Amino acid sequence: MSQHAAKTIKGETGEWEIVIGMEVHAQVLSKAKLFSGASTEFGAEPNSHVSFVDAAMPGMLPVINRFCVEQAVKTGLGLKAQINNRSIFDRKNYFYPDLPQGYQISQFKNPIVGEGEILLDMKDGETITVGIERLHLEQDAGKSLHDQHPDQSFVDLNRSGTALMEIVSKPHMRSSEEAAAFLKKLRAILRYLGTCDGNMDEGSMRADVNVSVCKPGGYEKFRETGSFKHLGTRCEIKNVNSMRFVQMAVEYEARRQVAIIEGGGTIKQETRLYDSKLNETRSMRSKEEAHDYRYFPDPDLLPLELEQSWVESLKASLPELPDEKKARFIKDFGISAYDAGVLVGEKELADFYEELARGVDAKAAANWLNNEVLGRLNRDGLGITQSPVSASANNAIIRMMGDGTISGKLAKDLLDIVWSEGGDPVQIVEQRGMKQVTDTSAIEKAVEAVIAANPDKVEEIKAKPKLAGWFVGQVMKQTGGKANPSAVNAVLKTRLNLPDEG
Amino acid sequence: MSLPSKLTDFTLAEARNAVSGKKVSSIELTKAFSKAVADAKPLNAFVTETPEKALEMAAASDARIAKGEARPLEGLPLAIKDLFCTKGVKTTAGSNILNNFIPPYESTVTQNLWDAGAVMLGKTNMDEFAMGSSNETSFYKPVLSPWRAKNSNAALVPGGSSGGSASAVAANLCLGATGTDTGGSIRQPAAVTGTVGLKPTYGRCSRWGTVAFASSLDQAGPMTRTVRDAAILLRHMASVDPKDSTSVDMPVPDYEATLENGVKGLRVGIPKEYRIDGAPPEIDALWQKGADWLKALGAEIVEVSLPHTKYALPAYYIVAPAEASSNLARYDGVRYGHRTKEAIRDITDLYEKSRAEGFGAEVRRRILIGTYVLSAGYYDAYYSRAQKIRTLILRDFEQAWEKCDVLLTPATPGPAFAIGEKSNDPISMYLNDVFTVTVNLAGLPGLAVPAGLTADGLPLGLQIIGKAFDEATVLRAGRSIEIAANFTAKPQHWWAA
Repeated sequence: MSQHAAKTIKGETGEWEIVIGMEVHAQVLSKAKLFSGASTEFGAEPNSHVSFVDAAMPGMLPVINRFCVEQAVKTGLGLKAQINNRSIFDRKNYFYPDLPQGYQISQFKNPIVGEGEILLDMKDGETITVGIERLHLEQDAGKSLHDQHPDQSFVDLNRSGTALMEIVSKPHMRSSEEAAAFLKKLRAILRYLGTCDGNMDEGSMRADVNVSVCKPGGYEKFRETGSFKHLGTRCEIKNVNSMRFVQMAVEYEARRQVAIIEGGGTIKQETRLYDSKLNETRSMRSKEEAHDYRYFPDPDLLPLELEQSWVESLKASLPELPDEKKARFIKDFGISAYDAGVLVGEKELADFYEELARGVDAKAAANWLNNEVLGRLNRDGLGITQSPVSASANNAIIRMMGDGTISGKLAKDLLDIVWSEGGDPVQIVEQRGMKQVTDTSAIEKAVEAVIAANPDKVEEIKAKPKLAGWFVGQVMKQTGGKANPSAVNAVLKTRLNLPDEG
Repeated sequence: MSLPSKLTDFTLAEARNAVSGKKVSSIELTKAFSKAVADAKPLNAFVTETPEKALEMAAASDARIAKGEARPLEGLPLAIKDLFCTKGVKTTAGSNILNNFIPPYESTVTQNLWDAGAVMLGKTNMDEFAMGSSNETSFYKPVLSPWRAKNSNAALVPGGSSGGSASAVAANLCLGATGTDTGGSIRQPAAVTGTVGLKPTYGRCSRWGTVAFASSLDQAGPMTRTVRDAAILLRHMASVDPKDSTSVDMPVPDYEATLENGVKGLRVGIPKEYRIDGAPPEIDALWQKGADWLKALGAEIVEVSLPHTKYALPAYYIVAPAEASSNLARYDGVRYGHRTKEAIRDITDLYEKSRAEGFGAEVRRRILIGTYVLSAGYYDAYYSRAQKIRTLILRDFEQAWEKCDVLLTPATPGPAFAIGEKSNDPISMYLNDVFTVTVNLAGLPGLAVPAGLTADGLPLGLQIIGKAFDEATVLRAGRSIEIAANFTAKPQHWWAA
């Protein structure tokens, strides 16, 4: 474990440290639900994707969807976690209209995936290891709609029975930035694996954030002994649905807890809700009000037994994940750890970069992507997959820049043209005569013209060789920016008899 | 072999041969049974009669027979316990909460029967959600047994929970019926009505489309007048079902083919723990008789021990209510079934009123027991220990199988009792299952066969318990009891108008 500096909060009585753990619900990317064949398509007409099983009709029985199990195992492998070849589905019993069976099928004592870890690359170059406690499979509930009618509530069961992975971290995060980084890295891993689309705005990924505060040293004692008594009492902030809100909720909640403790109060273990409009957390229910879920093994389902050879074959088929890709980028492309970390943060960005950097200078490609492509995407509010200029078109531009066909300045102009008008950059350069002029006779002609028009400057340059820059500018103007600047320099130097250093 | 003069006196096997041999049409047979059903209203054996559907199915069967396309159960009228969902036909589970429920799907077991050509006469009455041993907990009023004690007109229970099916089979209202057995609900009513009832191995019949009581114990099975009929019906009820993860992929043998193979050399275990204090001497005497019959037919009788038997009933009354409390949570008045008509304050009020009105006292009692034993702080003391007992009971049986091939036990601790006699004493009612619950807890097959009458002239049964998926041997041993007992008594026909 790397020992990283805790981000502290200053209270009235001194420093406080934040300790954060997270439970993330990630919807399994699957066409069918966890225990029924109904579709999981997002945004369908209410109650149009509901089987008899999902509606909990009498005598209906759940049958496990093998693909969802595969997705959970892949995710476990991606988290470098223990895969439990025998796991058990339990019933979590409670009444709610959007829970037709009166129980949620989940995994309580024996989850499909055990301990694993996630590495976080922080901005300051530090790498933090966050432990994963477990991952289990469970059913999602339906949706209650309270705003459709003045005195009736409606229920939409489309989501009822959809497969979720609940991924539980250990309390290894120490600041709101780390909490957000955890969620971001987890989402990247899930997307690389193709096991969850990670779309937080569609509810495909939601986080419950556990926050507590302690005096400096408490966390280290916790890590040494494993005993939670060294940590403060935690509050769970339910269903936070964006990275930014996670960060804001942690900041607010930690300060709230410090204020209570310093005011002589104690923290009650409870479930809280984050209100993003008011930027505050509010109590939902205390531990005493918590449901008694009466967990017991679901007698309709046999224990889930996995064959080791099947798990091995999934392991062998895993795609390259962010950490491995980052290491490869550093090694193969020679780019900095920070640049590589940024590039692999999104699989699409990494893919874009690889395509863009093919056969050209990797560092120049990284700079081009960062400064030119991402800058323009940012300006236009677009994601990497929506880039108007493809990675291969960018690659063509960089190649032309590299072999001297066009200057850096022209390359940027060319990108702007392709960005707004589309088209093939190579053809555009041809058609619009944007090729850089390296033909010395043409440059000489232009130099002669500039000298003839400015006899006074010719005199001046003899005394002040630094004026050469002015001549270069004039020649460039004369050639419409297409002259190769180093060729111009060379011609001028000979023609005006300038010293080498000047 | 000569056939009975009345069509309704036919056994299933006799009717099958007569119909496929074109001696009797399915329509004739079906009309005769539908009339018997209609005439037997005092028994209250049916919740829903479907005479028109029966005639349609019979006509279709006759057409197939005419074309030479008869299937194994072609044109044979059956009664279906109202726990099996039947597409387009009301399915109540004996409960007010499903009083208006018409399933848009057919259970796998009944679909298998229809696919084999059988005809549905109607849906039989039962204890509410199969919770009861007397059929008195039904929302649709108790079923009466066609049997009465000598010199008495007192109404007797047909046992439960498959009491409607038992009564219908005993009174010749159908050729056979389906039942379900969670703790004895096929075997106990069969025993007290002088009929044959088979609870197959857990996983032999699909549970899909059968209203759940206790998922790890529930199993469908046949109720018939003869062992042969049970063998025939089971073959066409059983199947592996991809829609039921607990159904088992094992070939379904032709049980009828080995039925007459006898018991020569069969080792029959007599578990000493089934000799219980306070059981009527007639029960022990009949049990001894059963052992003597089998011995006389060439079986070897061995004494065995099932030491954890006494824990079975308490364990059962933890596991079954626990699962039921969860299985019955779906009846909440939100999507289907009974919803209160009273004004409600909020969703909790809707649940409370709908469920209080929809469930009867016994169901409410078991939901409460089940909720209690699963609660935080009690789970380990009750549910978890009950599951351990289950493992020990299964081990008892496995050890017994080292010494014997089947077990012979009494089916019930006594004959049918009077309506109302035990309904205010749940513990005494629960004791009816004392010989049958072990089989459910261990998932084994158990067969009740009529074996004699009490001094009062009421039927008593014996039970054959077998190894998992060894229904063939169980039926073969049962057939030997049937031959030896030569049980020919029939109830007086007092109910017809």
